[in-house]
Amino acid sequence: MFRVTRRYQFAASHRLNAPQLSERENRRVYGKCNNPYGHGHNYVLEVSARGPLDPATGRAADPAALDELVMRHVIRPFDRRDLNAEVEAFARVVPTSENLAVEIRRRLRVNWTAAFPREWPKLDRVRIAETGKNIFEIGADEIESRSGEGDVP
Amino acid sequence: MVITRKIEFSASHVCRNPEMSEPENQALFGLEANPRGHGHNYVVEVSVRGDPDAVTGMVMDLKELQEILNREVVGPYDHRFLNYETPPFDRVIPTAENIAHDIWRRVAPCVGNPVRGLYAVRVRETPDLYVDYFGETPCSA
Repeated sequence: MFRVTRRYQFAASHRLNAPQLSERENRRVYGKCNNPYGHGHNYVLEVSARGPLDPATGRAADPAALDELVMRHVIRPFDRRDLNAEVEAFARVVPTSENLAVEIRRRLRVNWTAAFPREWPKLDRVRIAETGKNIFEIGADEIESRSGEGDVP
Repeated sequence: MVITRKIEFSASHVCRNPEMSEPENQALFGLEANPRGHGHNYVVEVSVRGDPDAVTGMVMDLKELQEILNREVVGPYDHRFLNYETPPFDRVIPTAENIAHDIWRRVAPCVGNPVRGLYAVRVRETPDLYVDYFGETPCSA
Protein backbone atom coordinates (compact mmCIF):
# COMPACT_ATOMS: atom_id res chain seq x y z
CA MET A 1 0.00 0.00 0.00
CA PHE A 2 1.29 3.45 -0.97
CA ARG A 3 0.42 6.75 0.64
CA VAL A 4 1.21 9.95 -1.25
CA THR A 5 1.36 13.16 0.77
CA ARG A 6 1.45 16.74 -0.41
CA ARG A 7 2.24 19.69 1.82
CA TYR A 8 0.48 23.05 1.42
CA GLN A 9 0.50 26.31 3.32
CA PHE A 10 -2.01 29.03 3.92
CA ALA A 11 -2.12 32.06 6.18
CA ALA A 12 -5.38 32.99 7.87
CA SER A 13 -6.73 34.70 10.92
CA HIS A 14 -9.23 33.41 13.43
CA ARG A 15 -10.71 34.12 16.79
CA LEU A 16 -11.72 31.39 19.21
CA ASN A 17 -14.95 32.36 20.92
CA ALA A 18 -17.76 29.95 21.69
CA PRO A 19 -21.16 31.69 21.69
CA GLN A 20 -22.45 29.22 24.32
CA LEU A 21 -19.89 30.48 26.83
CA SER A 22 -19.81 33.77 28.70
CA GLU A 23 -17.20 36.41 27.97
CA ARG A 24 -15.29 35.43 31.09
CA GLU A 25 -15.46 31.70 30.28
CA ASN A 26 -14.27 32.32 26.73
CA ARG A 27 -11.27 34.23 28.05
CA ARG A 28 -10.52 31.42 30.49
CA VAL A 29 -10.88 28.62 27.90
CA TYR A 30 -9.18 30.23 24.91
CA GLY A 31 -6.80 32.73 26.56
CA LYS A 32 -4.94 34.80 23.98
CA CYS A 33 -6.82 33.05 21.18
CA ASN A 34 -9.96 34.86 22.40
CA ASN A 35 -8.51 38.31 21.58
CA PRO A 36 -11.51 40.13 20.00
CA TYR A 37 -9.51 41.36 17.02
CA GLY A 38 -8.37 37.85 16.11
CA HIS A 39 -4.89 36.72 15.19
CA GLY A 40 -3.29 34.67 12.41
CA HIS A 41 -1.23 31.59 11.73
CA ASN A 42 0.81 30.16 8.90
CA TYR A 43 -1.01 26.88 8.64
CA VAL A 44 0.80 23.90 7.14
CA LEU A 45 -1.60 21.35 5.70
CA GLU A 46 -0.72 17.83 4.61
CA VAL A 47 -3.19 15.84 2.54
CA SER A 48 -2.54 12.14 1.91
CA ALA A 49 -4.04 9.78 -0.64
CA ARG A 50 -3.55 6.02 -0.56
CA GLY A 51 -3.80 3.30 -3.13
CA PRO A 52 -1.98 0.73 -5.22
CA LEU A 53 0.56 1.59 -7.89
CA ASP A 54 -0.69 2.40 -11.37
CA PRO A 55 1.78 0.41 -13.50
CA ALA A 56 1.49 2.79 -16.47
CA THR A 57 2.57 5.86 -14.49
CA GLY A 58 4.53 4.37 -11.58
CA ARG A 59 2.34 6.42 -9.29
CA ALA A 60 -0.32 5.81 -6.68
CA ALA A 61 -1.81 9.32 -6.94
CA ASP A 62 -1.32 12.15 -9.40
CA PRO A 63 0.07 15.07 -7.35
CA ALA A 64 -1.21 17.56 -9.95
CA ALA A 65 -4.80 16.32 -9.52
CA LEU A 66 -4.43 16.48 -5.74
CA ASP A 67 -3.01 20.01 -5.98
CA GLU A 68 -5.90 21.18 -8.12
CA LEU A 69 -8.45 19.75 -5.68
CA VAL A 70 -6.79 21.14 -2.56
CA MET A 71 -5.98 24.53 -4.08
CA ARG A 72 -9.49 25.03 -5.35
CA HIS A 73 -11.45 23.84 -2.32
CA VAL A 74 -9.14 24.61 0.58
CA ILE A 75 -6.17 26.86 -0.06
CA ARG A 76 -7.81 29.53 -2.21
CA PRO A 77 -10.90 29.89 -0.01
CA PHE A 78 -8.80 29.96 3.20
CA ASP A 79 -5.57 31.78 2.29
CA ARG A 80 -5.32 35.35 3.60
CA ARG A 81 -8.86 35.14 4.97
CA ASP A 82 -10.53 35.85 8.26
CA LEU A 83 -11.89 32.35 8.86
CA ASN A 84 -14.66 33.47 11.24
CA ALA A 85 -15.98 36.15 8.88
CA GLU A 86 -15.20 34.78 5.44
CA VAL A 87 -15.66 31.00 5.61
CA GLU A 88 -19.29 30.08 6.07
CA ALA A 89 -18.63 26.91 8.04
CA PHE A 90 -17.14 29.04 10.83
CA ALA A 91 -19.97 31.53 11.08
CA ARG A 92 -21.33 29.55 14.03
CA VAL A 93 -18.58 27.00 14.70
CA VAL A 94 -15.37 27.86 16.50
CA PRO A 95 -12.46 27.73 14.01
CA THR A 96 -10.15 25.66 16.16
CA SER A 97 -7.71 23.62 14.13
CA GLU A 98 -9.72 20.52 15.09
CA ASN A 99 -12.77 22.02 13.41
CA LEU A 100 -10.65 23.29 10.53
CA ALA A 101 -9.44 19.71 9.93
CA VAL A 102 -13.05 18.45 10.01
CA GLU A 103 -14.14 21.12 7.51
CA ILE A 104 -11.20 20.32 5.22
CA ARG A 105 -12.11 16.61 5.39
CA ARG A 106 -15.69 17.50 4.44
CA ARG A 107 -14.58 19.61 1.47
CA LEU A 108 -12.16 16.96 0.23
CA ARG A 109 -14.69 14.15 0.61
CA VAL A 110 -17.43 16.03 -1.25
CA ASN A 111 -15.13 16.81 -4.19
CA TRP A 112 -12.93 13.70 -4.15
CA THR A 113 -14.66 11.66 -6.85
CA ALA A 114 -14.62 14.55 -9.29
CA ALA A 115 -10.84 14.77 -8.88
CA PHE A 116 -10.19 11.01 -8.65
CA PRO A 117 -13.00 9.19 -10.48
CA ARG A 118 -11.44 5.72 -10.27
CA GLU A 119 -11.60 3.29 -7.35
CA TRP A 120 -8.16 4.46 -6.18
CA PRO A 121 -6.64 6.55 -4.68
CA LYS A 122 -8.71 7.31 -1.61
CA LEU A 123 -8.37 10.16 0.86
CA ASP A 124 -6.23 8.81 3.70
CA ARG A 125 -5.22 11.61 6.02
CA VAL A 126 -5.62 15.31 6.78
CA ARG A 127 -2.94 16.86 9.00
CA ILE A 128 -2.75 20.51 10.02
CA ALA A 129 0.05 22.24 11.86
CA GLU A 130 -1.32 25.48 13.27
CA THR A 131 2.15 26.38 14.47
CA GLY A 132 5.28 24.24 14.54
CA LYS A 133 4.17 23.06 17.96
CA ASN A 134 0.43 22.34 17.54
CA ILE A 135 -0.48 19.57 15.13
CA PHE A 136 -3.91 18.06 14.39
CA GLU A 137 -4.53 14.92 12.38
CA ILE A 138 -7.50 12.97 11.02
CA GLY A 139 -6.38 9.46 10.07
CA ALA A 140 -7.72 6.85 7.67
CA ASP A 141 -10.07 5.26 10.23
CA GLU A 142 -11.76 8.63 10.83
CA ILE A 143 -11.74 9.59 7.16
CA GLU A 144 -13.85 6.58 6.31
CA SER A 145 -16.11 6.42 9.31
CA ARG A 146 -19.57 7.65 8.46
CA SER A 147 -20.01 9.14 11.90
CA GLY A 148 -20.22 12.92 11.87
CA GLU A 149 -20.68 12.68 8.12
CA GLY A 150 -20.08 15.91 6.38
CA ASP A 151 -20.39 18.67 8.86
CA VAL A 152 -18.38 20.32 11.51
CA PRO A 153 -20.11 19.61 14.82
CA MET B 1 7.21 -0.47 18.47
CA VAL B 2 8.42 1.29 15.34
CA ILE B 3 11.94 2.73 15.07
CA THR B 4 13.14 4.92 12.21
CA ARG B 5 16.45 5.89 10.67
CA LYS B 6 16.75 8.77 8.24
CA ILE B 7 19.21 8.96 5.34
CA GLU B 8 19.70 11.37 2.46
CA PHE B 9 20.94 11.04 -1.05
CA SER B 10 21.01 13.33 -4.08
CA ALA B 11 20.19 11.93 -7.48
CA SER B 12 18.79 12.92 -10.83
CA HIS B 13 15.93 11.29 -12.66
CA VAL B 14 13.43 11.74 -15.44
CA CYS B 15 9.85 10.46 -15.26
CA ARG B 16 8.57 9.32 -18.64
CA ASN B 17 6.73 6.29 -19.92
CA PRO B 18 8.49 5.31 -23.17
CA GLU B 19 5.26 3.74 -24.45
CA MET B 20 3.47 7.07 -24.34
CA SER B 21 3.70 10.04 -26.69
CA GLU B 22 5.50 13.26 -25.82
CA PRO B 23 2.23 15.17 -25.13
CA GLU B 24 0.95 12.30 -22.96
CA ASN B 25 4.17 12.32 -20.94
CA GLN B 26 3.98 16.10 -20.56
CA ALA B 27 0.37 15.87 -19.42
CA LEU B 28 1.11 13.09 -16.97
CA PHE B 29 4.46 14.09 -15.51
CA GLY B 30 4.77 17.81 -16.33
CA LEU B 31 8.25 19.19 -15.67
CA GLU B 32 9.31 15.80 -14.28
CA ALA B 33 9.28 14.54 -17.88
CA ASN B 34 12.05 16.88 -19.09
CA PRO B 35 14.23 14.41 -21.05
CA ARG B 36 17.51 15.89 -19.81
CA GLY B 37 16.57 14.99 -16.25
CA HIS B 38 16.81 16.99 -13.04
CA GLY B 39 17.75 16.26 -9.45
CA HIS B 40 16.37 16.11 -5.95
CA ASN B 41 17.81 15.90 -2.47
CA TYR B 42 15.94 12.81 -1.40
CA VAL B 43 15.30 12.19 2.28
CA VAL B 44 14.43 8.60 3.13
CA GLU B 45 13.05 7.31 6.41
CA VAL B 46 13.19 3.57 6.98
CA SER B 47 11.05 2.19 9.80
CA VAL B 48 11.41 -1.21 11.46
CA ARG B 49 8.73 -2.70 13.67
CA GLY B 50 9.31 -5.15 16.51
CA ASP B 51 9.63 -5.56 20.26
CA PRO B 52 12.71 -4.36 22.14
CA ASP B 53 15.12 -7.22 22.81
CA ALA B 54 15.00 -8.34 26.45
CA VAL B 55 18.78 -8.00 26.86
CA THR B 56 19.81 -5.07 24.61
CA GLY B 57 16.60 -3.07 24.99
CA MET B 58 16.68 -2.40 21.24
CA VAL B 59 14.33 -3.36 18.40
CA MET B 60 17.36 -3.15 16.13
CA ASP B 61 20.78 -1.57 16.46
CA LEU B 62 20.42 1.67 14.50
CA LYS B 63 24.13 1.59 13.66
CA GLU B 64 23.54 -1.72 11.92
CA LEU B 65 20.51 -0.26 10.13
CA GLN B 66 22.62 2.71 9.01
CA GLU B 67 25.25 0.32 7.61
CA ILE B 68 22.58 -1.60 5.70
CA LEU B 69 21.14 1.65 4.32
CA ASN B 70 24.59 2.91 3.29
CA ARG B 71 25.29 -0.31 1.46
CA GLU B 72 21.87 -0.97 -0.07
CA VAL B 73 20.64 2.58 -0.77
CA VAL B 74 23.18 5.39 -0.46
CA GLY B 75 25.82 3.45 -2.42
CA PRO B 76 23.69 2.68 -5.47
CA TYR B 77 21.61 5.92 -5.35
CA ASP B 78 23.76 8.84 -4.18
CA HIS B 79 24.94 11.22 -6.92
CA ARG B 80 23.62 8.93 -9.65
CA PHE B 81 21.36 9.49 -12.62
CA LEU B 82 18.86 6.84 -11.58
CA ASN B 83 17.51 6.07 -15.07
CA TYR B 84 21.01 5.27 -16.36
CA GLU B 85 22.93 4.05 -13.35
CA THR B 86 20.61 2.42 -10.83
CA PRO B 87 18.62 -0.63 -11.92
CA PRO B 88 15.68 -1.25 -12.10
CA PHE B 89 15.19 2.37 -13.22
CA ASP B 90 16.52 1.60 -16.68
CA ARG B 91 13.05 0.05 -17.22
CA VAL B 92 10.97 1.26 -14.24
CA ILE B 93 9.92 4.94 -13.97
CA PRO B 94 11.80 6.43 -10.98
CA THR B 95 8.79 8.04 -9.29
CA ALA B 96 8.93 8.42 -5.52
CA GLU B 97 6.57 5.42 -5.31
CA ASN B 98 8.87 3.19 -7.33
CA ILE B 99 11.94 4.39 -5.41
CA ALA B 100 10.19 3.52 -2.13
CA HIS B 101 9.27 0.13 -3.55
CA ASP B 102 12.85 -0.53 -4.69
CA ILE B 103 14.31 0.52 -1.33
CA TRP B 104 11.85 -1.84 0.37
CA ARG B 105 12.97 -4.67 -1.91
CA ARG B 106 16.64 -4.00 -1.14
CA VAL B 107 16.31 -3.44 2.62
CA ALA B 108 13.54 -5.82 3.75
CA PRO B 109 15.61 -9.03 3.55
CA CYS B 110 18.47 -7.39 5.51
CA VAL B 111 16.39 -6.26 8.50
CA GLY B 112 13.72 -8.96 8.74
CA ASN B 113 14.01 -11.76 11.28
CA PRO B 114 11.44 -13.73 13.28
CA VAL B 115 10.91 -10.91 15.78
CA ARG B 116 11.09 -7.79 13.65
CA GLY B 117 10.44 -6.59 10.13
CA LEU B 118 10.49 -3.62 7.81
CA TYR B 119 7.40 -1.52 8.50
CA ALA B 120 7.56 1.50 6.19
CA VAL B 121 9.75 3.35 3.72
CA ARG B 122 9.18 7.08 3.34
CA VAL B 123 10.72 8.83 0.35
CA ARG B 124 10.63 12.62 0.45
CA GLU B 125 11.32 13.93 -3.02
CA THR B 126 10.83 17.60 -2.11
CA PRO B 127 9.75 19.19 1.17
CA ASP B 128 6.21 19.27 -0.28
CA LEU B 129 5.91 15.73 -1.65
CA TYR B 130 6.54 12.42 0.03
CA VAL B 131 5.44 8.84 -0.38
CA ASP B 132 5.09 6.10 2.24
CA TYR B 133 5.22 2.46 1.23
CA PHE B 134 3.98 -0.18 3.66
CA GLY B 135 4.84 -3.28 1.65
CA GLU B 136 2.27 -5.66 0.24
CA THR B 137 -0.39 -4.66 2.74
CA PRO B 138 -3.87 -4.29 1.27
CA CYS B 139 -5.07 -0.74 0.53
CA SER B 140 -8.44 -1.34 2.18
CA ALA B 141 -7.46 -2.19 5.72
